[in-house]
Amino acid sequence: MTPTLTLGVDFVLIWTMILGVGVFFYVLLDGFDLGVGILFGFAPDTAARNLVMNAIAPVWDGNETWLVLGSMGLLAAFPVAFAIIMPAVYFPIALMLLSLIFRGVSFEFRYRDSEHRGFWDHGFNYGSLLATFMQGIVLGAFVQGFTTDGTVFTGSSLDCFTPFSVLVGICLVFGYALLGAGWLVLKTEGTMQSWARALGRKTFLGVCVAILLVSIWTTVAFADIRSRWFSWPDIALLTPVPIVTAAVAWLEWRTLNRADSEAGPFIGAVALFALSYLGLGISLFPYVVPHRLTLWQAASNPSAQVFLLIGTMFLLPVILMYTGWSYWVFRGKVRADVGYH
Amino acid sequence: MALDPLILSRLQFFWVIGWHILLPAFTIGLASFIAAMEGAYIVTGREVLFRISSFWIKIFSVAFGMGVVSGIVMPFQFGTNWSRYSADTANILAPLFAYEGIVAFFLEAAFLGVLLFGRKLVPRWAHFVAALMVALGTLFSAFWILSANSWMQTPQGYEIVDGRFVAVDWFAVVFNPSFPFRFAHMVCAAYITTGFVVLSVGAWLIRKGQFAEEGRLMFSITLWLLLFLVPLQIFLGDQHGLNTLEHQPAKLAAIEGDFRTETPTPLNLFAIPDQNTATDRFAIAIPRLGSIILTHSWNGTVKGLDQFPRQDWPPVIFPFFAFRIMVGVGMLMLALVIWGNWMRRGDRLFRSARLLRLFEFTAPLGFIAVIAGWITTETGRQPWTVYGLLRTADSVSPSLTGSDVLLSLVGYIIAYAIIYPAGWIVMSRIVRRGPEAMVAEDGAVEAGRPRHPVTELPALRPGEATQ
Repeated sequence: MTPTLTLGVDFVLIWTMILGVGVFFYVLLDGFDLGVGILFGFAPDTAARNLVMNAIAPVWDGNETWLVLGSMGLLAAFPVAFAIIMPAVYFPIALMLLSLIFRGVSFEFRYRDSEHRGFWDHGFNYGSLLATFMQGIVLGAFVQGFTTDGTVFTGSSLDCFTPFSVLVGICLVFGYALLGAGWLVLKTEGTMQSWARALGRKTFLGVCVAILLVSIWTTVAFADIRSRWFSWPDIALLTPVPIVTAAVAWLEWRTLNRADSEAGPFIGAVALFALSYLGLGISLFPYVVPHRLTLWQAASNPSAQVFLLIGTMFLLPVILMYTGWSYWVFRGKVRADVGYH
Repeated sequence: MALDPLILSRLQFFWVIGWHILLPAFTIGLASFIAAMEGAYIVTGREVLFRISSFWIKIFSVAFGMGVVSGIVMPFQFGTNWSRYSADTANILAPLFAYEGIVAFFLEAAFLGVLLFGRKLVPRWAHFVAALMVALGTLFSAFWILSANSWMQTPQGYEIVDGRFVAVDWFAVVFNPSFPFRFAHMVCAAYITTGFVVLSVGAWLIRKGQFAEEGRLMFSITLWLLLFLVPLQIFLGDQHGLNTLEHQPAKLAAIEGDFRTETPTPLNLFAIPDQNTATDRFAIAIPRLGSIILTHSWNGTVKGLDQFPRQDWPPVIFPFFAFRIMVGVGMLMLALVIWGNWMRRGDRLFRSARLLRLFEFTAPLGFIAVIAGWITTETGRQPWTVYGLLRTADSVSPSLTGSDVLLSLVGYIIAYAIIYPAGWIVMSRIVRRGPEAMVAEDGAVEAGRPRHPVTELPALRPGEATQ
């Protein structure tokens, strides 16, 4: 199928960009608060746990709504992809949702149901960890591809669990933890900040190993991805991506080791995510069901794309503005003595 | 017995949406109530309104948090369990769901942080605006979700291209025939549900004595409001029923338990519908009343299920009984609000311990009616997901096995069996602590700044560092 053109505009590309940005926002925003949830398990005492929780309490539910936008956006713009991918990752999605439920309610429950606080603390910690790991499984399964017959997923619900997808799951845990550590450095001070920085250094090493392993594995295992990166002239155009990534990684390590770094570790982690995301996009474009269906083959009808685009053009900037505003309201260092309840 | 992924997927959908719907049913009304209290506080400056609002904001935050996490489950159900439905209807329904996500969810979630935690950080008017935006967000949510649901019940404005629905007229899609009725009926239901929860909590606070001022005010306002809302809801329900008669006659026949077409049509008050023999056992019916209510004429004919092929019949017993439960609860509510308002005469309302004790038990009424109404409409439209066009049996994901779905269903059952009782305990605890404690927790607010700092966090264990 050729790209659908209406008034000379390719709405599929527009929706690809919107979804691309939307998913990235989700990964970034829920990434740092899931990461904070993963690090929560290492907090030394109740006071530290309260502080860690307060660092994300006002923003986590807003962050999670990007997940709804992402899934609904995928359904609206690429329904065929949605209908293939979702049943294929049945169990990771179910486990992710169950984890998000436990972690979401823990914010209120650990505080108001204090005799079971240990239970809710674990719910928050393991919920964050498992949700992240399962998102990684989904990503891994997505990259490795699905068994399909035309536009229907014909594999089994267990196909998504492979060594590769498990590796990507572990990588994402380190990645989100690094984002979370960066966020905690930004939001805390004193000994808590040093603690977050130390955790940041450990997770950073994990992230470096992760990026390397996944890059090597994908280029070895998937011929179409290998030819994308190593065929001439693409190799000349794409070489800067790994070089810039290496440079950013070096800067991130430096800022994590500086005692006066505040925003540096978070910005560095965001940059690493952006570059990995870009790399993934380069590897997979123009497929929305990798190795099977292109964006244009899986796209919805132009009438649906245009109808949703009208509102999105007006609302997305507004949403970004007041999301920014609500972050601005809660700017600055989080205090241990103010409970967000 | 072989596990059927279709039945299990339906059970799973029933389970996750049934629990989820309780929260919007409560938070839609509560958000508006809080915004009204905040607005009245700005206008009058009465501290008691501020205390009431702060108190309900605490409860709202728990309910809303649970609503968010149980709501995220919903869109994924479409993909994981109902992928064929998703692929076939996405060109029409996905933009509606997406609009719900964009317009409303964000409005709620972005302003919610300010509403819940920002009282000390923003000026008073900004806090009111946040409350208003959250309330508007819940209404927009309801608008889009009910538009999508209504389109599935009464589809129009589409054509079928390559076996998939494609929109030709978006206005006709969004404002499909059953949507205005369903939207009005559901929002009113949400307001009433919240109203009876507020009455129940208010009654308890009055009887307890300690926060009687707050209790009396919230009880009185809500009782007036319900005197208007409950009759309105009965009227809206009747209109909705007439709309169903016009567009989904088989559903209406199932609700009425009319297996045979009769002229004039009687009204079954009670019966045990038997789908296999197509008869009502132990029927108690009033002659002609069906004609009078549904056709507004003495000799009108209401189509019975005999006018439809058997394979298109809904499972009659569900809509039949669910409808009667809903209407029964509605009549009980009407009696309660009339009696309550009658007792205002001679100032007897707050002196009658019997009345207050009774109203304490009214909190579940709205929830029961909402669930019953929802079962009525959703089982009544079976066996279709898109009425008359796409069968439920043809909507399920083909790759799923029965054991896949059984496993996930067990997961959801365990999860909800833990978090819902926990949520209930947490909310009752907030109620027991009462409005005064909430103000202490918030810090009394003057010009948007806290009067005293807040220190209400989990206590440290002995020996723990305070860092």
